[in-house]
Amino acid sequence: MATIMKKVDAVIVGFGWTGAIMAKELTEAGLHVVALERGPMQDTYPDGNYPQVIDELTYSVRKKLFQDISKETVTIRHSVNDIALPNRQLGAFLPGNGVGGAGLHWSGVHFRVDPIELRMRSHYEERYGKNFIPKDMTIQDFGVSYEELEPFFDYAEKVFGTSGQAWTVKGQLVGEGKGGNPYAPDRSSHFPLESQKNTYSAQLFQKAAADVGYKPYNLPSANTSGPYTNPYGAQMGPCNFCGFCSGYVCYMYSKASPNVNILPALRQVPNFELRPNSHVLKVNLDSTKRKATGVTYIDAQGREIEQPADLVILGAFQFHNVRLMLLSGIGKPYDPITGEGVVGKNFAYQNMATIKAYFDKDVHTNNFIGAGGNGVAVDDFNADNFDHGPHGFVGGSPMWVNQAGSRPIAGTSNPPGTPAWGSAWKRATADYYTHQVSMDAHGAHQSYRGNYLDLDPVYRDAYGLPLLRMTFDWQENDIKMNRFMVEKMGKIAEAMNPKAIAVLGKKVGEHFNTASYQTTHLNGGAIMGTDPKTSALNRYLQCWDVHNVFVPGASAFPQGLGYNPTGLVAALTYWSARAIREQYLKNPGPLVQA
Amino acid sequence: MKAFVIATLALFSSCSVSAAQADLIKQGEYLARAGDCVACHTAKGGKPFAGGLPMETPIGVIYSTNITPDKTGLGDYSFEDFDKAVRHGVAKSGSTLYPAMPYPSYARVSETDMQALYAYFMKGVEPVAQANQDSDIPWPLSMRWPLAAWRWMFAPEVADYQAPADADPVISRGAYLVEGLGHCGACHTPRALTMQEKALSAADGAAFLSGSAPLEGWIAKSLRGDHKDGLGSWSEEQLVQFLKTGRSDRSAVFGGMSDVVVHSMQYMSEDDLTAIARYLKSLPAVDPKDQPHQYDKQVAEALWKGDDSKPGAAVYIDNCAACHRTDGHGYTRVFPALAGNPVLQTADATSLINIVLKGGTLPATHAAPSTFTMPAFAWRLSDQEVADVVSFIRGSWGNQGAPVKAGEVADLRKSDQHSTSGDDLGQVTTSH
Repeated sequence: MATIMKKVDAVIVGFGWTGAIMAKELTEAGLHVVALERGPMQDTYPDGNYPQVIDELTYSVRKKLFQDISKETVTIRHSVNDIALPNRQLGAFLPGNGVGGAGLHWSGVHFRVDPIELRMRSHYEERYGKNFIPKDMTIQDFGVSYEELEPFFDYAEKVFGTSGQAWTVKGQLVGEGKGGNPYAPDRSSHFPLESQKNTYSAQLFQKAAADVGYKPYNLPSANTSGPYTNPYGAQMGPCNFCGFCSGYVCYMYSKASPNVNILPALRQVPNFELRPNSHVLKVNLDSTKRKATGVTYIDAQGREIEQPADLVILGAFQFHNVRLMLLSGIGKPYDPITGEGVVGKNFAYQNMATIKAYFDKDVHTNNFIGAGGNGVAVDDFNADNFDHGPHGFVGGSPMWVNQAGSRPIAGTSNPPGTPAWGSAWKRATADYYTHQVSMDAHGAHQSYRGNYLDLDPVYRDAYGLPLLRMTFDWQENDIKMNRFMVEKMGKIAEAMNPKAIAVLGKKVGEHFNTASYQTTHLNGGAIMGTDPKTSALNRYLQCWDVHNVFVPGASAFPQGLGYNPTGLVAALTYWSARAIREQYLKNPGPLVQA
Repeated sequence: MKAFVIATLALFSSCSVSAAQADLIKQGEYLARAGDCVACHTAKGGKPFAGGLPMETPIGVIYSTNITPDKTGLGDYSFEDFDKAVRHGVAKSGSTLYPAMPYPSYARVSETDMQALYAYFMKGVEPVAQANQDSDIPWPLSMRWPLAAWRWMFAPEVADYQAPADADPVISRGAYLVEGLGHCGACHTPRALTMQEKALSAADGAAFLSGSAPLEGWIAKSLRGDHKDGLGSWSEEQLVQFLKTGRSDRSAVFGGMSDVVVHSMQYMSEDDLTAIARYLKSLPAVDPKDQPHQYDKQVAEALWKGDDSKPGAAVYIDNCAACHRTDGHGYTRVFPALAGNPVLQTADATSLINIVLKGGTLPATHAAPSTFTMPAFAWRLSDQEVADVVSFIRGSWGNQGAPVKAGEVADLRKSDQHSTSGDDLGQVTTSH
C-alpha cells in the first residue's frame, strides 16, 4: 500500500536540465514544486572535489555518474525480425543518474539549432520535392519556429553562461573575422561570454579549413571563458582546460550544470523540494485516462510513495520519458507495421564520423589540454547549407576539432598499422600522444519507420516492470551521408599535411554497434508536432491525450540534429514553461485544439 | 491551481496585534538579526531561540538560554527584566550573566530599540518549552558573585549611544551598530587576561577591533585601517558586498564570520551596511608605518617560466594555482585573491593553515546563492608541505606575512577544536 504524500502543484520526474529549468520557472510562477530524482544527491562538492575527480578509471571506465544498468537497462535489436537482448554494458549512450542528470556529466557544447531543421520535412519537400525524402524516412516538422524560440535560446545561454561569438545581432554583422559562424541564424544579443581561447589543434583545423575554402568558427561552449554570474545570481568559475568534462563533475564550477547554474537559486526558495533517490514507476491517471493525478515512486528505503500533483513534468532521460509514458498508458503506442500510434515513434540518434591526423614531433598538439565544448567548427555541410540534390541524401553535419582532453587510459590513439600491444605500440604511443589532431563530423540522424521504442515482452527491471526495447539500425541514407562527410572532412585533414591519417566512418551495410560510443544524443520517441496522429506532444510539449503532463527533452525531437541537442532542449523547455505560466495555469486544458 | 503563499506573518496575525505593534515587532526582528541573537541562542538542530548551545569558556562549558516567550524562557519577563539582562548583564533572578552574553556591547543600545526587541521576543517569536541547562562549571568556579565583580569592573554604564556633536550621521549609525548590537568586538577585539575586551569603542583606543587571538581555530582579523592585515585595502563598497553576500571581488568569507553573514549581516539594509562599512573604514591603522600593498611580479614570472624551485611553489602549482592563479589574483568574485589579501598576512597564521588543512565552503546568501568549496588538503599534504605552501603564499606577490614552521601545522592538525568554518553549510552527504 503506497504512502500518499500531501498534494503539490507540480511534480517533476528527473532533475537534470529540463527538470531544473521547469522547477525554476514553476516556482517563479508561485507553484509548490517537488522534483523526484532517481539517483543520489550530487554536487560540485563533494562529488567534484579536486583532485579526486580527476580519475579516469572511476569516472570514464567504471562510469560512476551513469545509470546503474544492473537495476534497469534497455533491450536492443536491429529490426522487428530480431530478438532484443538486454544491454549489459553502457557503450553507445550514457544516461545520467543522480542530481544534475546528464547535465552534470555532459561536455558543454552549447548550440542553438539551424532553423531549417525545425521544419525538416517541409523544407526538403519545398527545395527538393516530395520524392527526395526516402519512403520509410519519417522526418517531421517540430511545429515551432526558430523565431519563436529565439528569446528562449537567448535566455538559456545567459543561464548557462555560454561562451561564443555571434555572427549577427539584430541583423547587424558583428562576427566577421572574429570567429563568428556565417551560417548561424540571427540573434537578439551577444553570447554572455566571449569565445574560449582555441587550442593549437583547433587553430590548425581553422587554418586548414579556411585553406580549402570552408568557413571556420568558434564552437559555442557552456564552459566559461571567464568568471560569470547568471540571471539567477548563480556564479561560475573560469574554465582552466583541465580536460575532464564529459563523464565528470567539473571541479572549477566552470561547466554549466543544473547543479551549478540553477540549484543554488532553487535552494533559496521555500516552495521547492528536491527528493533524490526517488525512482518513479509511473504516472497515475484518473478514471478518464485523460488527466494525471500524480506519480508513484520508490523512495530510498524501498517504500512505495504516491505523490499527488496537479501538473506532471516528465524530465527524465530521453528513453525514460518514453518508457514512463508507455508504462503509464499515456498516448497510443507506436506500431511500425501499421505506422500508427505515436509513443515510441521516430527514435533517432547521431550519425558521426571521425578522422585522426598524426604529425611529426615538431607539431605539439598537447592533447591533454581541453575543454568539453571548446573548438573550431565549419558548417559548410551542416543542415541544408549546400545543395543536397546531386548527393541523394537527407541531413547535414557540422565538422570540428573539439579537443576535450585526452585522458591517459582511453586517450591513446596510434596511426593505422600500429600493433595494439607490445614495444611497437609503446613506441608509437610515446611518439604520437601529443602530436595528433582528432576531428569529427557530428552528423544529423534522421528518423525512419523501423527505428522505434516499445516495451520489451520478455525482460523486466528490478521492480518487475517491462524494460524498454530499442529497435534500431543504420539506414542507407545514414551511410551515404556519413561517407560524404568523411570525404569533405578528409580535405581539411589533408590540408594539415599530416604524416598519417586514420578514418573512422561507416561502411556500406554496417549495423548499429551498441558498444561503440559516438554521442549520447538519443532523440525522439515522445515527439512534438502539429497533429495528434503523428506526434505525442503538441508544440508546447504538452501531451495531446493527457493535458496536465508535459514532456520536455530530446525525446520531443522528431529527428536528430546536426548540432548537439542540449541548447535546443533547454530552449524548448523554457518555451514550454512560458506556455504553462502564461496560458495553462490560467486555464488548465489542452493548449492546442486537436 | 492555487497560488502559493509564504506565510511569514502568520505568527503575528494569531496574536491580534495592532499595525503599530506589528511594525514594532518587525523592527525588533530586524534588530535581533543585527544582534545575531539566533546564533548563540539556538542549539544545532534546535528550535530558534530555544537556547541550549554549548559554549566553551576557560572555566567550563556553559549553555545559552531559552529566549522564546515560553515560561521556560522569557515568558514572565517584564520589559525591565528583559532590559536588565540585555543591557546590564543581570538575570531576572538577580545573578550576573556570563559575559559570553555581550552585554558590555549591548549597554549602548537605545531604549527605543530595546522596546522593539522586547516586542519581537514576546510577540514575534514562537514559544518553545525547553528548560535551561545548568553549566558544566565545577564549584567553586560556578559561583556567580565574582561575575558581578567582573561586571562592575568592566561593563560600561548603560546609556543610549551619543554621537559626537560634529559626527557624520552615517558613521554614527555605523558606530552604533558595530559597537552595540553588532558586538563585533566580541570576536575582533583582543581580550585582556581577565577576559574583558581591551576596548569597547573607537574612543577607547587602537585596540578596538584590532584582531583577536585564534577563536575556534580562526583569527577574527583586524578591522582597522592597516593595509597589511586590516581593512586598509578594502573599499566601502567591497565591505558592503562582503557583508551582504559573503564575497567581494577579491575575497570570500570563511571561519566563524560565515555564520555572521548568513544569520545576521545579509538581512541588514543597504543603508545600515553602508553605515557599518563607512564606520569601519574610519578606524585608523594601528601601525603608524602602514603602507598599501605593493604587488611584486617576480613570483608570477618565475612560475610562468616553469621555475618552481622556491619552497612551496610546486605544492602551490599542483594544489592552489588552478583557482588562485600563479599571479595570486584569483578570479573576480569566485576564487579569492591571495596577493595583498589581509587575512593571509596576520601575525598568527592559524587561519591560513587551518583553511589549507580543512578547506571551507563559501555559504549561500539570498543575494549570492552559489556556494564554492575549497577542498581540504590535510589528507594529502604533509605538515612540511602545508608549512611550505602557507609560507609561500604569505611571502609571495608582495605579501608580508612571516613564514610558518611544520610544527605549527602539526599542532593545528592535532587539535580537535570545534570549528564553525561553514564546513557544514550548504553541503550534502552522498550515499555513494
